Amino acid sequence: MKTDDLITLMAQDAPVRLRYSRGMMLALGVGIVLSALLLTSTVGLRHNLASVVETPRVFFKIMVTVLLAVLAARLVSRIGRPGAATRLPALLLVVPVVAVSAAVFTELVALPVASWRAAWLGGNALFCLFFVPLLSLAPLAALLFILRNGAPENPTSAGAAAGLAAGAIAAAIYAWHCPDDSPLFLATWYTIAIGAVTAVGALLGRRLLRW
Amino acid sequence: MKQSAREEEWAAWLRLAMNGDAQAYNRFLIAVTPHLRAMARRRCDQYGAPASEAEDVVQEVLLAVHLKRATWDTTRPLGPWLTTIVRNKLVDSLRRRGRHAHVPIEDVADFLEAGEVSSDAADRLDTESVLARLKDPQRDIVRSISLEGKGVRETAARLKMSEVAVRVALHRALKSLAALYRSE
Repeated sequence: MKTDDLITLMAQDAPVRLRYSRGMMLALGVGIVLSALLLTSTVGLRHNLASVVETPRVFFKIMVTVLLAVLAARLVSRIGRPGAATRLPALLLVVPVVAVSAAVFTELVALPVASWRAAWLGGNALFCLFFVPLLSLAPLAALLFILRNGAPENPTSAGAAAGLAAGAIAAAIYAWHCPDDSPLFLATWYTIAIGAVTAVGALLGRRLLRW
Repeated sequence: MKQSAREEEWAAWLRLAMNGDAQAYNRFLIAVTPHLRAMARRRCDQYGAPASEAEDVVQEVLLAVHLKRATWDTTRPLGPWLTTIVRNKLVDSLRRRGRHAHVPIEDVADFLEAGEVSSDAADRLDTESVLARLKDPQRDIVRSISLEGKGVRETAARLKMSEVAVRVALHRALKSLAALYRSE
């Protein structure tokens, strides 16, 4: 095909129906709403949420998962846009990691050694490992769908960023139900769940996000 | 023309194009192509690859710019977006052709200033074989618009389709073309 013919063809397809950044906002919004609906329509919010939300452990759990979700969403919203800076948004992800590490340290100091194990295991570790990935399905699907319209430099890392954002959104939503409040629990089971979703995102990204 | 002035002009055209101005888009594509060609030729010369291969690379990069243009944030400068997308596609395209491609970003950054080369080389995917691999309404639409120079409205009338349907099929056809290059 002649390049000039190709240009003629493309010129007739000039208009853009949906700006990518708007699509990304939509994907995040839809993912968050569906995931929250899934939580409230199945296991529901924690029954005593109002009375415990101001205790330091619950407050921290919700704040740090929301922070991670916001930072990861910011990264994923940039990673498919050529020329958009991703280094600083990626580096900022250490902030929640440092916060959780500090909370774990504080918890170990505050608790007697004898109760570490119980705090670490909590009551619902397996359910957390099952439910956080389940809650991440809608955001992950929405993000990958939009990223396919993007132009990520590296499909695997773009997929991982989508998985991280979806896992973090799911964790931030699950935190409104989760009855296990110790940072030891958070640092272990939430991390495994989010890590698993990130890994799945990376694998899917490698296959789906080439362009 | 100075680089910044040129970049401004291209950005203005692409902004109009994204709002549906086909003429502005045509100007944009015609202005960008010689620069892409100069860059692709330089790369292919390094590997001793023929000019026809460079022309394939040019078309592949153009298709990428086209299919990914919605990712450009129109409030930001065009240069960084364009150079990044061009470099990534260039690397990808050359690598698939078995040319080890390390293309430093500085090499692409000056493509805005690079000399212009007009096309005399034929490309290797000839029109008929491309058309043969498209599905039915897409093939007729591509033939009508690119080879016979008809607009969307005329094409729609002739094929007894709605304009919207023609636009949708045209967009799909361009996606198929990009996929075709990827599988080459």
